[in-house]
This record gives sequence, structure tokens and C-alpha cells, in this order.
Amino acid sequence: MKKGIDYIILNVVAYFYIGIIAVLCVLPFILLVSGSIQSEQSVIRHGYSLIPREIKPEAYVFIFRNPQKIIYSYGITVIITVIGTIAGLFISSMTAYVLSRKELKYRNALAFYLFFTTLFNAGLMPFYLLISNYLKLRNTLAILILSGMLNVIYIFIMRTYIMSSIPESICESAKMDAANGFYVFLKIVLPLMKPVIASIGLFTVLNYWNDWFTAMLFISNQRLYPLQYLLYRMLAFASYTQKMLSEGGFVTEMQFPQETMKLAMTVVATGPIILAYPFAQRYLISGMTIGAVKG
Amino acid sequence: MSLQKTRNKSFFCEIRKNWLYYVMFLPAGLYFFIFAYVPMPGIVVAFKNYSYRGGIFGSEWNGLENFRYFYESGKLLLVTWNTLKYNLLFLVTSTILSVAAAILIAEMQGIWFKKTSQTLMFLPHFISWVIVAVFFYNIFNFEYGSLNTFLKTLGIPPVSIYSEPGVWIFILPFLYIWKTIGFSSVLYLSAIMGIDKESYETAMIDGANVFRRIWHITLPMLSSTIITLTLLGISRIMRGQFDMFYQLIGNNSKLMDATDIIDTLVFRSLITTNDFGMASSAGFYQSVLCFAIIVMVNQITKKISKENALF
Repeated sequence: MKKGIDYIILNVVAYFYIGIIAVLCVLPFILLVSGSIQSEQSVIRHGYSLIPREIKPEAYVFIFRNPQKIIYSYGITVIITVIGTIAGLFISSMTAYVLSRKELKYRNALAFYLFFTTLFNAGLMPFYLLISNYLKLRNTLAILILSGMLNVIYIFIMRTYIMSSIPESICESAKMDAANGFYVFLKIVLPLMKPVIASIGLFTVLNYWNDWFTAMLFISNQRLYPLQYLLYRMLAFASYTQKMLSEGGFVTEMQFPQETMKLAMTVVATGPIILAYPFAQRYLISGMTIGAVKG
Repeated sequence: MSLQKTRNKSFFCEIRKNWLYYVMFLPAGLYFFIFAYVPMPGIVVAFKNYSYRGGIFGSEWNGLENFRYFYESGKLLLVTWNTLKYNLLFLVTSTILSVAAAILIAEMQGIWFKKTSQTLMFLPHFISWVIVAVFFYNIFNFEYGSLNTFLKTLGIPPVSIYSEPGVWIFILPFLYIWKTIGFSSVLYLSAIMGIDKESYETAMIDGANVFRRIWHITLPMLSSTIITLTLLGISRIMRGQFDMFYQLIGNNSKLMDATDIIDTLVFRSLITTNDFGMASSAGFYQSVLCFAIIVMVNQITKKISKENALF
């Protein structure tokens, strides 16, 4: 295949454009890590810079000297992520299987019952009042797990997957052997759904891991803070203390590395997700391709 | 009467025959009943003078008082405009830039560069807006931010972004694209991968250069994906990016007029200021408007091209 001048121009443009985007996407992560290992003194004197002036991981020393709070929040986040994802995936795939059954007379009505919730919702205030005043789910693990456990769009993506990639004949031959619908789902359909479950599972894990909003609405007990919310609180609280100190006119020698601490905390909270990322990327992309087929 | 009877009979027949399927549907059915359908009647709180003691249904009716207050405070027009403005900006810029990225990635020669840059572009999708706010603070904060450190070494006076309402109209779309371009460009890329290779080869034989090929084959083939995603975007045009606005800006009063959207207003009224009249009327306004827009967009799409309709 011969390549003309048009190819060369296009590739120059492409490398330039994509290259800039890629660098912009990764640069903040580098700035974060390099900022977190700078010494507090050099940050206060000169500000953050891309290449650290003086490497001194005092912020990490500070965090790991007293890590109970962070470990605790990690635990909360891991618990809600694991329970929520497993329960969510099981219920979603079971629902998707039901919606894909052609012999079911009311399957379209059931699908619309789910779909309508994406068209209209009551808004924040009725939801908030229901959870906190009527169901009394404030300060429980249950609300952290339940909120965001099921997503109608994910259920529809799974249904599309079942209808397009799992041959009906497999389910029918199992039915011949007098297996009931639940058994067919559990033993035959569920194992065949692995690719779509991997992708949706990844999305669900990300949603749980990154959720701070549910905690901000419903959790005031510090022992139930998920990681992202703890991080948010620490950041907000640090800037609040800083403001108080500067406005009050006090000159206080803070013993704790307030500035680099924020970044180090962020690194600790983001680490696992970023490390898992190269392995997970494959599923993320395949899942979106499945979803792109309109469900 | 007899029709009614047979209908009832067939209903019970169906339930008896497929009862297991309906039981399997129950967990999801209950979940959405409790968390989506039960709150729906609660929307009437917008026409009430909400009090803790009365709750949603025991509080006194006050007609359109909450809406009058919402309008007269000037917030109605302000947040409507801001929500529309930012969502339109996000939609337009992000569609153009991610379609461009997808087309260029598809035409690129180097496999290694292609893979690596896609991996890097996806990275921001994995982190929460809490973390993005830390990044942002790390780069832009007035005293120690990397940007001001850099500007100082050049002898340029430092900039204070958090007290400059005018710059956020550029910053927010930039950050939105930064976080979503990996994700949205893959959607377009997978559509490009689905295009029949033969049409490209025919075009090559006819002597069309690569730009003409993109213009005459790739873009028209992408149009259906672009339209679907744009319609989805338009149907959500009154739902703001709460995570983003709240984490980056919070309750900064200097930026309030430039960046207050419906979602931040509802949240702030409900949680921070306990201004229930504002929270309920703005929430009602948003829910009803969203619903109307979705239905309208769908009806229009159905008329113009049926296959692109959302439902």
C-alpha cells in the first residue's frame, strides 16, 4: 500500500493532537506524585513544581504513623464495593434474563416499569426525606450499599447481550430436561454472560469506589466514612483550618505538613484504582462496545 | 364484561405459568419501587410549606408560594441559564473533540503509540471528582500552585483563579473534556471499527485522498452514533454535573453567580441552608422540565428518523 503526502499530513496532525491530549491526561497524576514527596518547607517557600526541589516524604510518614482512620475507611469502601457489586451484578443479570424471555407475556411492561425511572425522577428532596425520615437509613452501611446498586441502563445492556450472543436453543434444550427457569439462568446463562458481567462489574466497582455523594447526604458517623468522603473531609477541613489561622492573625508553626499531606492522602486513596487500571481497561472498552449497540 | 373476564383469566394463566420469572424479577422490581417510585408522590412537597413535624404529607399546602419565591429570588433564571449554558458547551465541545480524536486514532499508523495514548486518555475516567479537585488545587491554588510557581519563575504576576468568575467558562469545559474524552472517543472509535472496509478500498481505488475519505465515508457513517449520543445529551440538558461543580467550586460565593446550577442550588438549599421551599420548587422544576424535554426530543426524533428515537 503506497502512502501519499495526505497520509503523512494526517499522521502528523494525529500524533500531535492525540499526543497533547495524552500528556494533558497524565500530567496531573505526575504533578500529584511529585508534589506529595516534596518537603513541606520547599512547597511553602517556592510552591509546587514538576520536578521536586527537595524530596522528603514527610507527609507519608505522617499518614502511616497514624493510619487507623485511613485503614478503617479503606475497609468501609472495600466492604460496600464488594457486597454492592456482587449483589448488584447478580440481581441485574437475573433481571436481564427475565426481560429477555420471549415466552413471558408481560416482559415489555416490566421493561417499561424499569425504563420509566430513567425518564422521570422525583428529585433530591423527596428521595432524601424518604431515606432519612421514613426508612431511617441514615448512618447505616445499608444505604451506602443500596444507593447505586442497580442501574437500569446496565440491565438493558445485559439484556441486549443475552438476546444477541446467547443462542435461544441452549436454554430450550435445558428446559426439555425439565430444568426450571432459575436453574437455567444459574447454570447455563450466567456462565455465558462472563464478558458483559466483567464490564458492568468494572463500572459498578468504579461507581462504588468513587462515591462520596451518598456519604455526604446520609453519613455523619465518622466510623462509616468511605474513603473518598474521608478524603473530601480532610481536604475541606485542612483548608478551613488554614483559613482560620490566617484570618485570626496567628502565626502558628504547624507541625503537620498541611500542604503535601493533601496530595499524599490523594495518592494513598487513588493508588489501588490506578494500579488495577491496566488490567481492567480491556473490559471497560469491550463493555462500552456492547453498550454502544443501542439497548 | 366477558372480555374483561377472559383478560383476567389470561392474566392469571400467565402468572401461574411463568410465576418463577416474576419472582426472579421481584428483587429489581422492589428496588426500583422503593427508591424510584415511592419518592415520586413526594414531589408534591413543592406545593407545601415543609416542616419537620408535618413531614411531606402532613405539612400545610401553600400553593405556588415556593415557586414565586424561587422566581423572585432571581435564582430561577440564573440557574436555568447556567445549567443550559454549561451543558450545551460541554456537549458541543466534547462531541467535536472526541469525534476528531476517534477519527485520528483510527487513521494512525503506530500501534504502540495508539495503544499507549488511549490508555493514558482513559486514566481520568477512573478517578472521582474529589481527586480532580485535588489536582486542580495542586496546579491552580494561589499560594503554592504549580502554575503560579511556573509564572513566578518567568516573572509574571500570579493568577488567582478562585476569585475570577470570567475564566470558569473555559476551565469547566476543559476539565469536563479532560475527564471524559477517553470514554467518549472510544464510543466513536468502536463505531468507526464497524465500518465496512470495502467502502474504503473502493474509495482508494477511485483515487480519493485520506481527507476526502474521512469526509465522505467516515463522517457520514458516524452520523448515526453522533445523533444518538447528542440526543441523549440534549435529553439530559437540565441535569447538571453536580459532582464536578460541587467539588471544584463548592460554596465559593465569589463564583456563585457564574457557576450555580440547578443541582448545586437544590443541594445547598436542602443540606446547607435548610431552605426547603427553594429546594423543593427547584427540584420540581428540574424533574418536570427534564421529563418534558425527553418526551419532546423523542417525539421530534420519531418524526424525522425513526431509527434514532430513544424509545
